[in-house]
Amino acid sequence: MLLCQTPHSTNLPIPLNRLPNYYRITIELLSFRTVVPHCRSVMTTVVSKSSFSLKPFAPILGVLVALMLSSILIILSGVNPLEAFGVLMSGAFGGGRQITETLLKATPILIIALGLTVAFRARVWNIGAEGQYHIGALAGGAIALLFPQLPGIVMLPLMLLAGLVGGLLWSAVAGLLHLKRGVNLIICTLMLNYIGILLVQYVSRAPLRDPNGFLPETARFVAAAQMPRLFGSRLHLGILIALLLVGLTALLLWRSPLGFRLRAVGANLNVARSVGIAPSRHVLTALLLSGALAGLAGVIEVSYTYTRLKPNISDGYGFTGILVALLGQLSPVGCLIAALLFSGLVVGAQALNVSLQVPAAVAGVLQALLVLGVLAGSAIAQREDL
Amino acid sequence: MSDVLRNSSSPSVSEGSPSDQMAIAMSDITKRFPGVIANQSVNFAVQTGEVHGLLGENGAGKTTLMNILCGLYVPDEGKIWLRGDPVTFQRPADAIAAGIGMVHQHFQLVDRFSVAENLILGQSSALLQESPRKLHRRIRELAQRYGIDLDPATPVWQLSVGQQQRVEILKALYRDAKVLILDEPTAVLTPPEAERLMEILRQLAAQGTAVIFISHKLNEVKSVCDRITVLRDGQTITTVESTDCDTDQLAALMVGREVNLSRPSRRSMAIATPQLQLHQVSALGHHQKIALDTIDLTVHQGEIVGIAGVDGNGQRELEEVIVGLRSAESGTVNYQGVLAHIPSDRYSMGLISAFSVAENLLLRDIARPPFSRRGLLHPAVILNHAKELVQRYLIRTPSAKTLGGKLSGGNAQKVIVARELSRQPQVILAAQPTRGLDVGAMEYVHAQLMAQRDAGAAILLISTELDEILRLCDRIAVLYEGRIVGEMAADNADINQLGRLMAGQRQPDDSDFEFSKRANVAVPDSTLNESAHSA
Repeated sequence: MLLCQTPHSTNLPIPLNRLPNYYRITIELLSFRTVVPHCRSVMTTVVSKSSFSLKPFAPILGVLVALMLSSILIILSGVNPLEAFGVLMSGAFGGGRQITETLLKATPILIIALGLTVAFRARVWNIGAEGQYHIGALAGGAIALLFPQLPGIVMLPLMLLAGLVGGLLWSAVAGLLHLKRGVNLIICTLMLNYIGILLVQYVSRAPLRDPNGFLPETARFVAAAQMPRLFGSRLHLGILIALLLVGLTALLLWRSPLGFRLRAVGANLNVARSVGIAPSRHVLTALLLSGALAGLAGVIEVSYTYTRLKPNISDGYGFTGILVALLGQLSPVGCLIAALLFSGLVVGAQALNVSLQVPAAVAGVLQALLVLGVLAGSAIAQREDL
Repeated sequence: MSDVLRNSSSPSVSEGSPSDQMAIAMSDITKRFPGVIANQSVNFAVQTGEVHGLLGENGAGKTTLMNILCGLYVPDEGKIWLRGDPVTFQRPADAIAAGIGMVHQHFQLVDRFSVAENLILGQSSALLQESPRKLHRRIRELAQRYGIDLDPATPVWQLSVGQQQRVEILKALYRDAKVLILDEPTAVLTPPEAERLMEILRQLAAQGTAVIFISHKLNEVKSVCDRITVLRDGQTITTVESTDCDTDQLAALMVGREVNLSRPSRRSMAIATPQLQLHQVSALGHHQKIALDTIDLTVHQGEIVGIAGVDGNGQRELEEVIVGLRSAESGTVNYQGVLAHIPSDRYSMGLISAFSVAENLLLRDIARPPFSRRGLLHPAVILNHAKELVQRYLIRTPSAKTLGGKLSGGNAQKVIVARELSRQPQVILAAQPTRGLDVGAMEYVHAQLMAQRDAGAAILLISTELDEILRLCDRIAVLYEGRIVGEMAADNADINQLGRLMAGQRQPDDSDFEFSKRANVAVPDSTLNESAHSA
């Protein structure tokens, strides 16, 4: 997926040999730069020049290709693809219950994707949202479990803050390794995922395990430590927080000097440096922001959906968040749409499984194909020489 | 003056069918893009065995014309004749097959491949069956025939820029190019490398290749080309014998008005207050080698000090140390007030291609009021500021929201100049401020710098173009291998002495050192006269 993130790689304004080596490796990994120039010249000779251009529609074509490819899988399961897509849609958005389910599932993904949007805009490849999500959940959960007598008005804000700080600190570990010791950021953040996930497992199995329970999990959070519901529905405060964050992220990116500088660092590190924007400070800022939001997503999720710490408190949200950020074209509103689409696919796939016996894994395949299709399509749309 | 030139010109394609001795003739070529006519009835013909200059400002249509010739664009109207036969190129492969080779400004080489591998890349697979030894020998023979010295086994990343360019040339020759197009070939070269290139081009022409040399550097075009075609605003202005005109006339043809590139008159500053001071500055460059060696330099108010020297003698490091991008090993850099920096490499130090013109104009000051208040940017104010600067600095852009990367080199440079000079600087560091700019834009940037000087700014001009240094500076310091090896007032600068200093020769009696030749190439006769005159 990340390969497609640098569609401009051939006119990348930074000469690679001026970058520190680890950046260079990263960028080469990300863009297959060594290969692209030749593909480019081959492409220009292969593609004929017609006056009518399909270019602007390339992302939509990508979606169609993804749907067609996944149809093959559905046909192989012995089901009519059109019927299957109908069931998928109605399972995700067909009624109040379904929509609620989709919104609930979209919330953590959206919050994570918003943070990653900021990070990726600055070209900070944080792959560690999953780990930051877990540490956020752990920090918030620890507050709920260790101080159950805290009054309600203090409890939730404190938990959310702890979640933010937890995720932030976890990303800071990667950031310091990267900036101080030059360790590749992708590797750092990726590896810290496993440590974060396993730390939550450890804590819920040993130090904070519920002495009265049979399962390896902590006791339930007290009522004050659970997300309040909205209007008596199953929706909760976290959804409003996520929507608020869409606006805040957009404001940060497009209307604040900090966002301007982060985008400048992402667009051209060398130019940013030479006009006096300190790159490492902004790389760290972008990383910490994304870590903090992933941590926030973690604490919101455990305080509502799971109401305790235990293994498996994530449905791979940290990784899905990466896809959603990319599918959303690194724009906050795009993230909102993509998050709804992704969670809809997951929720709808359950209906698909129940009513047509199509394996739910089909939804996962469709998700991945959609991202590939849209990114490949938009990469084509941005090419100038076709 | 231009009337004389027009009369002397007779593009042979414009009357009837082109003769056989024309390697390439393009007649009445028109190419339209949405909103722009890039080429309008352009006539262009190159004889076999000549070096033909294609001269024009940025955006005059040179590149479009050449892209048509190598099959990247199909013209809307017009014909192409190859040695008398009409041809049409639908795709680049057609043009290559017809023997047209192009050396692009940005090399299309695979770094990790050897010279030989780059040459056969994309050629028929049968070639891969040839033993490397035979292949290398064949390539070596080919190279020697044109006086190119290259080892076919060397990986490209180990070659200098000039050598890589020779690989590109060789690549075209290997594919039997009868017509060789070079797009701004000297833009990336040092003067000695450029001189080397000229020799190779003359050899190529002598052996029957038609060479098309695209440039806006007048001296080079004048010195290497047999004939010169001038394009302006997408139209052929004229074709002249290069012996028939001087660089001033060429500049006028190119820009469409008289261009004044002589040394501007200047008022002298009464009290000289030091504004920028370097004291015993030493710094390391690539590979931890000493790039700057105890530099002492002072620039006063209302003074332009030039740093002359062949590229790669510490210019980049000096620039970086002054603006704080590189830390000095020892010594101090002091300046008072705002420092403006016109960087030597605009796309890696000055301009963000993916940002709009408006954003690029505020890369430094966006966080300040009135552009940003209480932590929020004010788009309307930012846009107005941009519109004002676009107008004041004559930046040619569709709108202030256009992406910086879409601008031509000259206009991109104007964006940087506008941003830096509009900050009311007391100190200006201008590094290669006109690199890659055409005469019109160059004149403009020079005028801006002179205006800042007269307004009292202290300007340090780092340039490898000797004529630029001679034109603008009050004092000249010569940088050689990281040291300042000489300093003199520009009014009585001796060009030969400068050349010797730039080559690292301190003794003035060593007059027939090869560098004096190079200095003559870099400096047009007119400037020579000019400096002699003012001395």
